[in-house]
Amino acid sequence: MVRPRTDGQPPLDADVVVAGGGNAALCAAIEAASHGARVLLLERAPEHMRGGNSRHTRNIRYLHDERTAYVTGPYRRDEFLDDLLRVGGGQANRAHAETAIAESRLVPEWMARQGVRWQQPLRGTLHLSRTNLFFLGGGKALVNTYYDRALRLGVRVRYDAAVTGVEDRGTAGCAVLAEIAGAKQAIPCRALVVAAGGFEANIDWLARYWGEAARRFLIRGTPYNDGTMLAALLERGAQPVGDPKGFHALAIDARSPRFDGGIVTRVDSLPFGIVVNTDGHRFYDEGEDIWPKRYAIWGGLVAAQPGQLAYSIFDAKSWGRFIPPAYPPFRADTMPALALQLDLHREQFLATVEMFNRGAPAVRRIDMSALDGSATSGVTPPKTNWASRLDTPPFYAFPVRPGITFTYLGVTVDAQTRVITASGAPMPHVYAAGECMSGNILASGYLGGFGLTIGTVFGRLAGREAAAHAMGRETGGGARPAAAAGHVRA
Amino acid sequence: MYAPEFLREAQRQLGVCNACRYCEGYCAVFPALELRTEIASGDLTYLANLCHDCRDCYTACMFTPPHEFAINIPKVLADARVRTYEHYSRPRVLALFRRSVAGTAAISLGGIVAVWLAIVTFLGPVVLTVAHRGPGAFYTVAPWLAIIVPAIAISLYGAVVAVVGAWEFSRDIRGGPTPADASARPLPADQPPATVKPTRAADVWRAALDAVTLRFLKGGGAGCYYPRQRGSSQRRILHHFVAGGFLAALISTTIAAIEQDILGRMPPFPLLSLPVVFGVAGGVLLIVGTTGLVGLKMRSDAEPTSAVMTAMDYAFLVLLDLVAITGMLLLVLRETRLMPSLLVVHLGLLVGLFITAPYGKFIHFVYRYLALARRAGEERLETLAGETQAGH
Repeated sequence: MVRPRTDGQPPLDADVVVAGGGNAALCAAIEAASHGARVLLLERAPEHMRGGNSRHTRNIRYLHDERTAYVTGPYRRDEFLDDLLRVGGGQANRAHAETAIAESRLVPEWMARQGVRWQQPLRGTLHLSRTNLFFLGGGKALVNTYYDRALRLGVRVRYDAAVTGVEDRGTAGCAVLAEIAGAKQAIPCRALVVAAGGFEANIDWLARYWGEAARRFLIRGTPYNDGTMLAALLERGAQPVGDPKGFHALAIDARSPRFDGGIVTRVDSLPFGIVVNTDGHRFYDEGEDIWPKRYAIWGGLVAAQPGQLAYSIFDAKSWGRFIPPAYPPFRADTMPALALQLDLHREQFLATVEMFNRGAPAVRRIDMSALDGSATSGVTPPKTNWASRLDTPPFYAFPVRPGITFTYLGVTVDAQTRVITASGAPMPHVYAAGECMSGNILASGYLGGFGLTIGTVFGRLAGREAAAHAMGRETGGGARPAAAAGHVRA
Repeated sequence: MYAPEFLREAQRQLGVCNACRYCEGYCAVFPALELRTEIASGDLTYLANLCHDCRDCYTACMFTPPHEFAINIPKVLADARVRTYEHYSRPRVLALFRRSVAGTAAISLGGIVAVWLAIVTFLGPVVLTVAHRGPGAFYTVAPWLAIIVPAIAISLYGAVVAVVGAWEFSRDIRGGPTPADASARPLPADQPPATVKPTRAADVWRAALDAVTLRFLKGGGAGCYYPRQRGSSQRRILHHFVAGGFLAALISTTIAAIEQDILGRMPPFPLLSLPVVFGVAGGVLLIVGTTGLVGLKMRSDAEPTSAVMTAMDYAFLVLLDLVAITGMLLLVLRETRLMPSLLVVHLGLLVGLFITAPYGKFIHFVYRYLALARRAGEERLETLAGETQAGH
């Protein structure tokens, strides 16, 4: 692998600079390079942390008309659009949404051409999904494949390279301001693709909306998504999109690392028992809807609790019924002994458990595959499904905090992925793809594997458009330089 | 069997894997892990010997060092395999010598010296300095009985060690997932627990196919990230060369024995005879395979492996390579005065190879095969359960 070196190297320049190093950035870089542009990709993270939040992805949602070896059935345009509008509360830019859906059909084939492999079905078809395609090895394997492909296409990659801004240079294109391994540089280029993610790792920015509570949020992904380029574009007049305060968050294990704990910190025990805050109170119906549909609301619910901390409490009947998280549970043979291990109001906690047990039916085996209607009576708030007395020792607890996956605030783009300013005019030479513009399509809510769809579709589009913009300028101004033509790939 | 802190660390790392499961498409280790919520010592032994060390999981892992989770599964499992070989190859005290390249080298050198001393003592030094030709030429240097008796003794010894180890190993890995564990699967695979059933003939056959094809070095189609950051089939192919070469050499020896003892033809055999053809094929495959694997190993990342395991690998590969090289030289130079010295070295190295076999890397195929057979049974039950579920 080529290591970045800036000392004694000729000054950097490129037709297309890509700011970012995750899925959308790589798709843009690969596509721009495939269309003949000389591409420079600037990844903020060091090499071992490359790939942004794409490192933590697992599958991609796409349009298809029939079942294949890797998906269990069709997922057509109408259903896809319905899903999107439902979770997004109908705020999507309809044209962008249609583009994302229509173009997603071709995404798997394109991914496979870059070297991505699909996970073979295990244990019959149990592990397959109908709507999403699982790639082998998960997001880091995906990102590794794309870097390998990009390097083979002649894309130059610099790590530890933070893009901080962009200057318009009129007909000459633009200059990308970057700090590469500590040295400030202005890199002349024809087009810039910003695919540098959201701002969820910027605690100070989160604190603007959430106050001190933000200091107790955990960030599930890369620590490098601090929103520097998002802020720079907004400052230069880009039209914002998406709720600035909005983020997608789960309840994750409170013992997780501050950043980058990823999938393994997720706690799936919540619907099996009760969830209490540090005052010892329950605060929401744990049985509201089947877990995959509702688990995403718990990040926000816990964020609103004192100290942004809560405990998932369940008993021996449920242990082993869900994927165990990376951290062991607290465990004791009696509820008072369990309470001693937890940082909460013990008397109130025990009273809450007692009240719940009085109002809950005695169910031996909870059936999680459907809403079972087993509800509490006379308990506030009620638990409307899977209510079962906590009566079988040992008793267990997982501490949970909000774990932020991504933020919704982004910049508005047009059909060519050009960044649009408040006046409605495109910002010259600047394109955006991925998380920093996904608010155009999904301004709230969550659709599994769809972030990657947006990143891939609009990353590719931005790469092609940026390359065309860069090349068009050159052909307009005379013959294309031979050196650049040498990068053309079939 | 494991130091408590090592077992705890292995449990911690595998616990993170079990919460993640992104690697389940690469090999058998992760699907087997997913059946277990708690990893006992026997489970670790089982998983470790299922691992073919392709390192795809390490390359794909978001949590490798310097991440604070510090996940390095190939290394943990390699360390556990080293412990397996130590533990199950009796007597355990002999494990001491083969933890280093020096130990294997010393034993092989000892083998050469012993063969040389025996010849000089019983036949006198002169046989070693002249050329021998015609039927039975090899036996003028090293008499037939003097070769066959120690060879059978050493092989029998190795076989006994392997059988005892295999028996104890199978017993220890049979713990299997408890009913509570078996229900710990991703929703909606919420189904009655699979019960542990004894290995069937179908599993034995399935495991044999998995072993012969090195199915789990294919990385679910991605190849093996070995030696470096790109999927490749080199290692699997070179391993086929070594295994095939070893088999060809074994066939050559067997045919030679038949020719000599039943058909009464004495070696050296003509170049176009079956023993020589198989011997040459085996020799070439072994030399290419072992040399290639040593080359890959030298270029590979040392981070995702155990230093002791690497030393064992080198010791075994280099010794096997030298046996093959001296064997081939013996064929080329069998008419010359160098033959007796080469024969001494070749026989001495063979003594070293077979004495160290049950304690070194050679034994891996026994434990790997048994782990594969166990896995084949689990996989059969899972597929069955999957089909039942899908039928609903």
